[in-house]
Amino acid sequence: MNCTHCALPVPRAAIEPGSVAQFCCQGCRTVHDFLRAHGLERFYELQADAPGPRAPAHTTGGGYEHVDHPAFREHHVSRTLDGLAWVELCLEGLRCAACVWVVERLPALQAGVVEARVDLGRRTVRIAWDDRRVALSRIARLLDSLGYPSHPARDSDRVEQQHREHRRLLVRIAVAGAIAGNVMVMSFALFGGMFTPMAREFDALFRWTSLGLAIVSLLGPGREFLRGALAALRTRTAHMDLPVAIGLVAGVAWGAANTIRGVGHTYFESLTAVIFLLLVGRYLVYRRQRAAEDAVELLFRVAPATARRIEDGAVREVPLEALACGDRVEVRAGDSVPADGTVVDGCSRFDLSLLTGESAPREVGPGQRVWAGTHNAGGRVEVLVEATGTATRAGRLMELVERFARERPPVVRIADRIAHRFVLAVLGLAVVTAAAWWSIDPERALEHSIALLIVTCPCALGLATPLAVVAAIGQAARRGILVKGGAALEALAAPGCILLDKTGTLTCGSTRLVAWEGEPDVLPLVVAAELQVAHPIARALVLGLRADAGELPSVQVAAVPGRGLEVRAPGREITIGSPAWIAERIGAIPAPALRTIEAVTARGATPVVVASGGRVVGCAGVGDPVHADATPAIAALRRLGFAVRVLSGDDPRAATAVAREVGIPSRSVEGGASPERKVDVVRRARADGGCVIMVGDGVNDAAALAAADVGVAVGGGAEASLAAADVYLREPGLGPLVELVRGARRTMHVIRRNMRVSLVYNLIAAGLAVSGRIDPLLASILMPLSSLSVVTLSYRSRTFAPSETGV
Amino acid sequence: MSVLYVLFPLALGLAAVAVAAFYWAARSGQFDDLETPPVRLLGDDPDDERG
Repeated sequence: MNCTHCALPVPRAAIEPGSVAQFCCQGCRTVHDFLRAHGLERFYELQADAPGPRAPAHTTGGGYEHVDHPAFREHHVSRTLDGLAWVELCLEGLRCAACVWVVERLPALQAGVVEARVDLGRRTVRIAWDDRRVALSRIARLLDSLGYPSHPARDSDRVEQQHREHRRLLVRIAVAGAIAGNVMVMSFALFGGMFTPMAREFDALFRWTSLGLAIVSLLGPGREFLRGALAALRTRTAHMDLPVAIGLVAGVAWGAANTIRGVGHTYFESLTAVIFLLLVGRYLVYRRQRAAEDAVELLFRVAPATARRIEDGAVREVPLEALACGDRVEVRAGDSVPADGTVVDGCSRFDLSLLTGESAPREVGPGQRVWAGTHNAGGRVEVLVEATGTATRAGRLMELVERFARERPPVVRIADRIAHRFVLAVLGLAVVTAAAWWSIDPERALEHSIALLIVTCPCALGLATPLAVVAAIGQAARRGILVKGGAALEALAAPGCILLDKTGTLTCGSTRLVAWEGEPDVLPLVVAAELQVAHPIARALVLGLRADAGELPSVQVAAVPGRGLEVRAPGREITIGSPAWIAERIGAIPAPALRTIEAVTARGATPVVVASGGRVVGCAGVGDPVHADATPAIAALRRLGFAVRVLSGDDPRAATAVAREVGIPSRSVEGGASPERKVDVVRRARADGGCVIMVGDGVNDAAALAAADVGVAVGGGAEASLAAADVYLREPGLGPLVELVRGARRTMHVIRRNMRVSLVYNLIAAGLAVSGRIDPLLASILMPLSSLSVVTLSYRSRTFAPSETGV
Repeated sequence: MSVLYVLFPLALGLAAVAVAAFYWAARSGQFDDLETPPVRLLGDDPDDERG
């Protein structure tokens, strides 16, 4: 039985006998009913044709009042010339043609909405509406009931800036391409003239026109290479632009001289084609990187940007920007804390793992501080706001991130390293050529050495890295690995040191059942009792044991705070609690149970004991389990040449216990590390040489991620870590990390192969030029051939394909 | 062959017009989103055009 809305299988418990429409979840039912009520069944026709994976619809049922707040309007809403308001919203769940169709139907569904335009690549919709007729919150609720919860997109200035950059690149390519094409056509005529002489006036016409166009191409779209070369010269660093610029300038200057003299070769068609092809390569890299950045950014746009402020006793949802010091906010169970502050009412447990790396939740009561970005895992509390935005602890960490990202020396790209030697080799060879020809035929010495500079202008070499990187980033993205730049892939290919965060990286990052030993007949009682308690340990026990518990009896539960539960069921009484408390109640815990407790404690988990009738009947361990693939993944990373270390903000004992479990010796473990300490460790590791990879998920890791050669953020990470990292792994666990390193090595292999191929071309061309046998026709045949082979090699190579060996 | 003196500027002029047209298209944002238009097309049906 498949869901009528999303076509995924319906769980057996949810099947309704006798009904035509079946739903896998409430979200799908809501959306389906809504679509039917508004006559939008065509959605299903379109969805049936759309490729790609399906997902159940997701609705939040939220009120979205915050989007009507003046602070939200100020930050996210603009005005069009004709007085309409417009906003850009990120939509969750937007994936196919059917989604585009139904979202763009908004004007028909809601009076007052004038236009809705979807951008599928960025997962956003741009809505123009008349804000006197309809409130934005109403539109957002409508989108929500269609299955697209919305979030404010990033500020429109940056989007506009990106669009401008994109358009500039396109126009540059268009100009370079048009010129290259026309110069090529004219060069055909000139090549023809080599064999059957043509009238001198036409020869001059073709040359002068080609010269004019080549100058436009060099000073227009080609300016980028000149600028890059000048910057490289000024900073005395090597850069791929330098050999390109040398070839281009030498070629155009020589061509101009020959055109004026009216004799000798010109190489304009090759030079204009080099400019065009290199620009296309750069454009492809730019697009891929932006796609990866957009995908990562989308993840943190989904983070809630609202707070529940208490105003005159009533709770109002307001945007984060509207919070000020001295406000009182309500933080419900399951919410993230919106700002730093002090609890003034209520008691709860807070999960600090994203901020500090601590895996155990901390008990918080009135008078105690809580921080923005932490997660309320217990009950409702009221917080008096003391710091907001960048003044919060998380905000200050973000400033650290920016500082380290700025200070980090860039990875020296392989292309630039090669460029350095390439320039020296070509210039040296040019001098040798000139000297050698000076003794043979002084008149031709200059011509041959300049021809050498021109024909070795490294087009294929310049494309070798970008094309391999574009292909690899694309393949990686399809496998849930988002890479923000090629430099990260190159850095990953060298062996070095991997620093792993513990909570959320090595472990799952949430409290779960890790061990259970006991009599099966107490299970229903334990689960029934824990169901009535809101505590992370209780939730872990319920999740872990429910499937085996069968039918649940009705029980009466009395909680003894900080110790455990007394459970009364018909005919039986049990107590569930800490070993110390149980020992107090039943005298002593027998040896076999003690051994289990010790084993659980040694793994860094919390033991929970169940006693009945004066004896121990069950023993559970609750903790943050390590990912199943962690141990083999770490072994694989070691085989790949990495030193694996653990760098955790959690208690050193917990860190060591987890590290031992995955096979990392305790001397490679550092626990209790503050964010600053983590940065320090990363920097010292970098000073020791080798590539330093930091892997983490929390705000506390973000600065270290930015300071490392390569920062890798893992699934479910905090916004700060996503922003700071170079690579984001969508799937949890360490398997993707191994895949990333393997993929990076294969990418590097492709880059090296590309470079060898293009260097062979350059060698051939150089040999011909040195011996005085090259002419423009030969050059313009060799150049596209070498570029074409690099393109083919790059796109046919599988860098992020599944490996045969597994993890 | 002197017709070349007419055809040459003409050909270059045409190329310039093409580049100018591309420039205008890029400036007006027609290449900002290359993913949505092909799927938006699928949703268009005759009813919408009338309405």
